[in-house]
Amino acid sequence: MSTPIGQLTVPPDRDRGGPAQPLLSIDGLVKHFPVKKGLGGRPAVVRAVDGVDFTILKGETLGIVGESGCGKSTTARLIMGLMPHDSGELLFDGELIGGRALPWRDFRAQTQMVFQDSYASLNPRMTVEGSIAFGPRVHGVPKRQAIERARSLLARVGLEPSRFAARYPHELSGGQRQRVNIARALALQPRLVVLDEAVSALDKSVEAQVLNLLMDLKQEFALTYLFISHDLNVVRFLCDRVAVMYLGQVVEIGPADTVLASPAHPYTAALLSSMPSMDPDARTQVAPLAGDPPNPIDPPPGCRFHPRCTLAEEVCKGRVPPLAPVDPVHRVACLARQPGSGHSAAPTLSVAA
Amino acid sequence: MATLAPHATAPLLDVAGGAAPLPDAPDAFVPSRGFWGQVGHKLLRDPVAMTAACVILAIVAVALLAPWITPMDPYRGSMIRRLKPVGDATYLLGSDELGRDMLSRLMLGGRLSLFIGVTPVILAFVIGSGIGILAGYVGGWLNTVLMRTIDVFFAFPSVLLAIALSGALGAGVFNSIVSLTCVFVPQIARVAESVTTQIRSRDYVDAARLSGASTFTILRVQVLGNVLGPIFVYATSLISVSMILASGLSFLGLGVKPPEPEWGLMLNTLRTAIYVNPLVAALPGLAIFIVSISFNLFSDGLRSAMEVKA
Amino acid sequence: MLRFILRRLVAVTPVAIGVSIVCFLLVHLAPGDPLSAVLPVDASPETIEAMRTAYGYDKPLVVQYGLWLWHVLQGDLGTSIASGRPVTSEVGRAVVNSLILACVATLIGFTFGMVFGFVAGYFRNSILDRLASAVSVFGVSVPHYWLAMVLVIVFSAQLGWLPSTGAGPDGSGNWRPDLEHLRYIILPALTMSVIPMGVIARTIRALVGDILAQDFVGALRAKGLSEFGVFKHVVKNAAPTALAIMGLQLGYLLGGSILIETVFAWPGTGFLLNAAIFQRDLPLLQGAILVLAMFFVALNLIVDVVQTALDPRIERG
Repeated sequence: MSTPIGQLTVPPDRDRGGPAQPLLSIDGLVKHFPVKKGLGGRPAVVRAVDGVDFTILKGETLGIVGESGCGKSTTARLIMGLMPHDSGELLFDGELIGGRALPWRDFRAQTQMVFQDSYASLNPRMTVEGSIAFGPRVHGVPKRQAIERARSLLARVGLEPSRFAARYPHELSGGQRQRVNIARALALQPRLVVLDEAVSALDKSVEAQVLNLLMDLKQEFALTYLFISHDLNVVRFLCDRVAVMYLGQVVEIGPADTVLASPAHPYTAALLSSMPSMDPDARTQVAPLAGDPPNPIDPPPGCRFHPRCTLAEEVCKGRVPPLAPVDPVHRVACLARQPGSGHSAAPTLSVAA
Repeated sequence: MATLAPHATAPLLDVAGGAAPLPDAPDAFVPSRGFWGQVGHKLLRDPVAMTAACVILAIVAVALLAPWITPMDPYRGSMIRRLKPVGDATYLLGSDELGRDMLSRLMLGGRLSLFIGVTPVILAFVIGSGIGILAGYVGGWLNTVLMRTIDVFFAFPSVLLAIALSGALGAGVFNSIVSLTCVFVPQIARVAESVTTQIRSRDYVDAARLSGASTFTILRVQVLGNVLGPIFVYATSLISVSMILASGLSFLGLGVKPPEPEWGLMLNTLRTAIYVNPLVAALPGLAIFIVSISFNLFSDGLRSAMEVKA
Repeated sequence: MLRFILRRLVAVTPVAIGVSIVCFLLVHLAPGDPLSAVLPVDASPETIEAMRTAYGYDKPLVVQYGLWLWHVLQGDLGTSIASGRPVTSEVGRAVVNSLILACVATLIGFTFGMVFGFVAGYFRNSILDRLASAVSVFGVSVPHYWLAMVLVIVFSAQLGWLPSTGAGPDGSGNWRPDLEHLRYIILPALTMSVIPMGVIARTIRALVGDILAQDFVGALRAKGLSEFGVFKHVVKNAAPTALAIMGLQLGYLLGGSILIETVFAWPGTGFLLNAAIFQRDLPLLQGAILVLAMFFVALNLIVDVVQTALDPRIERG
């Protein structure tokens, strides 16, 4: 690492492909978990992630939203290499992750993750500064300098080192612990930080502070965020673009303003309408989601959302909708939005350019 | 440890970049002790555990120093002074069936009894932790193979397994240690495996993997410190069983051979004396009982001291 | 449920095979040849060779195991080297005696353990709790062979109330359920019951404490249920675990009775094992251990099935 130790600046010369090259592109990512159904039972698979593609641009914050069990956390763990994926390609700044040009170890130095459970993600037997310094130590930073860096990061995330550095995780509050986790993620000077429900477990007031901290840090360290959440309000606040996932697939992706203001996919619309609104006049327009998501072991044929969809027609049971653009930056996987799909609500070919 | 001024609750730091102050800070700052510091602190305040620890220490000290402090020669008997009662002028705790001083033999006997009782647990702790942590951390087929093998040993009640192995291997101190170690390795390995499997799935282990640390480093720095505690407590709870079993093997004639003094063996040779001098005959067993209950009480104290949040 | 039992049976098979392998190898752990104990010291090499061939010890280990297992499956555990009788019949007689002793001991231990455990769990941190805890610590810490001696000293040597050894007045090898034989089983059973008593009391205390701390108990009380009604609920919740422990303890006692049986000269498997070890009667040792271990495996299986049948929370699928 080329930066002076302990100092918190972005190491130069890591940007290879220039600003236009996506920092991370994911293509056809698949992960199925085999489930044993006991002796005599047929082997089955949970299609946790079933063909996911998206890109994260340099310097942006991409949000992933969806109900629990839709595969958003699995996607994050696959990106981080915490579990092997079955198929698909992951490119980081144009290089294949795990390939010769970018071995996992080098990739990991540039990508870090913050987990949801602030307590479980800190070693209970390690002091806070020890946890933060662990990563740099692994990468060969001498102990004294690693501790120094840990302390300055603690200060940066709002925890006075003289008071907090030598504490153990159980001596901190949830918000403080999550600050420590953020500091730990930053200790390796990453370019991409994956935030997996990182603020979901916090109290609302603490959540707001941590979100503000995240925005500040992003500016200061020129970070790119992948922000996974089930909370649409938080996503709207923090994210530039949003991907909506349903049963292991991305059903809609586009600028946060567009997707969350005028959703193109009925699932997104349903998610939005199930959000409680502060405005009594803003009545629920679309019927909120009925029932639980179907079993990902045996997803419905055709469009996976059709059993719960208000727009579902016969054609939806037979055809899998591709993720197609409705405008240059906004793509959606719904037959009702795709010209010539055979869906009665589909726009005519001349309208959709 | 930084001592904190009383105005600790005053506005927090204002670092460059202006991180928000922390309304959620529980602000009575207690200096961190670390996990083992806390356990030790709690243990010191547990009168039962401390008494047990003192008893154990005293017995260990006597056993270690026995060759120099026994009042009489523990091996020299006298045919005319056999089975003297407790409180005899010469023999404070009486004499055994060969006229040897009971007190001296009990003091010296503690050496072997403790040795053959504690050694198997130490060995099993090392071997069993190794197997269990390996199986738990690596998982997959290695876990299946190791744990299924261990299941086989669980099909034997421990007393039966110890006696079966000892019986097959033949009498002797070495063989009895080997067979008791074989009895405890599966038990410790199973605990180690389940603790490690739990710890392995914690997010902080994943976070350590993300930092690029090698498996060995993660095991050493992140996993070991969190699994050894529970395994250690479990192992201490086995010492009592091990002492009873080890002396039991000697009692059956499968362990220590005469004329070496060992509590279980002494109990056996004095069995014929129960009609003549019951109190003397029961003494060696009392010694085993005191050590065994002390280890149990200490282990209980250790367990509850470790239940602190951390 | 039937499918669950079948699944458990299949799962237990590898363990049973493993147990048989361990028992088989026991003989080969022994220093020297299994025959060395019975052959005279001055036996000629030819005689030794002939005996080895006769007993099949000259064949490769795997073949020996296969042959041995084949015989075992047909109920033939070999011939006792010391007595020349079939191991199966020797072990069979002893197992019955051991089983009687273990069952009586388990029953005593279970009853007292339950009482102590419930009292301690219900009145946490009271004097009664302390007392019950002390009893359970005593139970798991006391060397049972010593306790056996102490009881013999007190009740046989000093008071002369009960016989100190044997299973019956005639010195016969079989225990019968009559008054005279009953006197003989009291001391060994009492000694033996101390271990399960401690374990059961400990577990039940923790269990009852946990159950009482659960919300549903508070709800029952709030509903106005009598304390006895609440107690019934607690018993119902504690029963599966208690039964499971009882079953396992029975197995432990059956296999672990050797020391107590030796002290009381009780004609059970422990006594048999002791004799087998000192006569270096390895086929007998092997057979007795195999039977006891298999019994333990079977008991585990039964406990598992019964517990599942009783406890609706355990998945049967």
